[in-house]
Amino acid sequence: MTAADVRQPQGPASTPTPPIRRRGPSPMRRRENAAAYILITPFVVVFALFIVVPLVFSGYLSLFRDQLVGGTTFVAFDNYTRALTDSSFLTGVGRMAVFLVVQVPIMLGLALAFALLLDAGVLYLQRFIRLGIFIPYAVPSVIAALMWGYLYGPDFGPAAQIAKNLGISAPPFLSQHWMLGSIMNIVSWEFIGYNMIILYAALRSIPSELFDAAAVDGAGRVRTAWSIKIPAIRPAIILTAIFSVIGSFQLFNEPNLLRTIAPNVIGIDYTPNMYAYNLAFINRDSNYAAAIAFILGIVIMVASYSVQLSTQRKERAGR
Amino acid sequence: MSRTTITWRRKAMGLTAGMAVAALALTACSGGSSGAKATGSAAAVSQADIDKAMKTPTKLTFWTWVPDIQNEVKLFEAAYPAITVDVVNVGQGADHYKKMRSALQAGKGAPDVAQIEFQHVQSFALGDNLLDLTPYIPATTGADYVPWVWKQVRSTDGSKIWSIPQDSGPMGQLYRDDILKAHNIAVPTTWDQFATAAKTLHAADPNVYLTNMPGNDMGQFTAMLWQAGARPFGWNGAKEVTINVASKEATKVAQYWQDLIKAGDVSVDPDFTDTWYQGLANGKYADWAPTAAWAPVFLQGTAANTSGLWRAANMPQWDASGSPVSANWGGSSDAVMKSTQNPIAAAQLALWINHDPASTLMLANKQFLFPTTNATLTNSEFSDLAPAFYGGQKVNQVFADISKTVPEDFSWLPFMDYAYSAGQESVGKAIADKGDVVGALKTWQDALVSYAKQQGFTVK
Repeated sequence: MTAADVRQPQGPASTPTPPIRRRGPSPMRRRENAAAYILITPFVVVFALFIVVPLVFSGYLSLFRDQLVGGTTFVAFDNYTRALTDSSFLTGVGRMAVFLVVQVPIMLGLALAFALLLDAGVLYLQRFIRLGIFIPYAVPSVIAALMWGYLYGPDFGPAAQIAKNLGISAPPFLSQHWMLGSIMNIVSWEFIGYNMIILYAALRSIPSELFDAAAVDGAGRVRTAWSIKIPAIRPAIILTAIFSVIGSFQLFNEPNLLRTIAPNVIGIDYTPNMYAYNLAFINRDSNYAAAIAFILGIVIMVASYSVQLSTQRKERAGR
Repeated sequence: MSRTTITWRRKAMGLTAGMAVAALALTACSGGSSGAKATGSAAAVSQADIDKAMKTPTKLTFWTWVPDIQNEVKLFEAAYPAITVDVVNVGQGADHYKKMRSALQAGKGAPDVAQIEFQHVQSFALGDNLLDLTPYIPATTGADYVPWVWKQVRSTDGSKIWSIPQDSGPMGQLYRDDILKAHNIAVPTTWDQFATAAKTLHAADPNVYLTNMPGNDMGQFTAMLWQAGARPFGWNGAKEVTINVASKEATKVAQYWQDLIKAGDVSVDPDFTDTWYQGLANGKYADWAPTAAWAPVFLQGTAANTSGLWRAANMPQWDASGSPVSANWGGSSDAVMKSTQNPIAAAQLALWINHDPASTLMLANKQFLFPTTNATLTNSEFSDLAPAFYGGQKVNQVFADISKTVPEDFSWLPFMDYAYSAGQESVGKAIADKGDVVGALKTWQDALVSYAKQQGFTVK
């Protein structure tokens, strides 16, 4: 379910094989193939050890129940049916869906706008601005959350201090109603620059003949951006959208750290990932946590796939 | 698990959480291979065996988050030169327990001796992870400790000793003498007086609250239940647990705070956060009540600018006529893991650190852990200290006297990490939202009962 898969539907099966050969590869070919397999081995080993084995094992675990007293029993898909009726899990998924629908378009919209502005070359201090927008991505999300936690602080944060001096009340950033928006703000701040760089790089690789042609046809900057640049970088936009969908559902660091300053607003089940983590380490129910993680994985696959599907359909309709 | 590593995420397809769980559980499957090394028999180990073991070169691993405990360990190593102790701090509280559980499940990498807070001792006993210390320590050891403390580290039926108490937190109150005097408020000795004082003070100065009631500290809340006579938790050592967090006594406590919170007479800031530290330092809270015996030193570090203004007193009482009743908040112990290869040396380490007069006095006066041994509590080098921060009051003496008034019969569930987490989600949230704290007790009760059943317990 990666963007790369989508853009290369031909896959490895269509690797060109010379049609004349009948009895397999020549000795030289074979030597080359052997080298290829040797070179790919480190990847396969690491991939199997750290991705495939844990995945299979946690899938296996999710079919059991391990009680504090009573030991381990095979329960087939009980953990999955339990998860589908678990309001903590469902609420968390719902909250992330809201997050996705609201935050991702804002973040990608801004990233695209910045990328287009930089690409159009209409700004002074281009490099400085580009770096400035990108720098938040270089800040580890743990540090970012701590920093924003301070900025949001209701007593001594700068917003609160300014509001106090003006004699008005500061927005309650860390309250029940504002929290999700506050987290969206942190995540946007962190990732606008990252997405902007991807889009900007895509913009730079558009062949300049297209712009010349557009100029000849009398298209202005806005028209060029809308009719040429954005369609040309559609794959990059889809790529960033899918990364963002995955990232949204996996939200963990930011809420988990804000929990230390707003422990009663962010519960242990605020996001599905936090819930799985706390199920494993506080409730000591790692089997159920494994099931939750698997379902979350499926939700993410479905969500990413529908993003792809909808954009493909649009593409087809547009033709 | 945030958006930092793209390649990782692409390959993982959003199942990284599953992998974290799997990594945890990979360790789980190999459990059970250990644990047979130390016998559980109660036959006392002979002094000759102990002497022999203590002269055999041995390396012990000791997991604890007590700062500078290396100093006490050095004393131990000086007394037993053959033993070397590797002190490791793997994190504080929850982090420490997570790592311990992983290591214990994995069957390797677990320490020989580990710090465990009172409320979590039973949960490690449940996993059959702890060595019964009875055969390894003198039969009279218990008499050297404050009785209620000694009860905290034993099995419910008293037949097994799971750990050696290190520090405790008998509860009182720390108040700002200057603020109360400025408003002509007497130090409240009953909860009724306390409520009146809270109202008076906040009405006189809207920026000041008599105390703060955090919604994120189930340890403190549970201690208040303890004082009020509620006995919400229990475990018979096998499959039966007692869960009664919505009892008459617990409801009394919840109702009391709910009224104060709803009236706006106390604040509800989460504790041990920056906002709360500021509140202590800038006079937002005139009284830290109820708080524990470890608080006086903590406060000196947090609110150094208010030196000389604070005083200590007994916890406010529910019943003004009876003899005073306190409770305990915090406190921990050192336990020996059943998987240890050197049970004798490990047991001696746990005992010596927390029993030897020089070591316990050092823990009390240098690390400021409130003592658990009768000898140190009455040692004038400890009890006569009169810090200027408290205007020369003998604060240690105040809390040493309070320690005698802690009821002995308070026990725990073998899953207090969940119990506190569920409590914070219900009762704590009601406190923070200034909502229905009494009703939240019922929610907490239901969550605990359903969890206990899910985990295979029968609920009494």
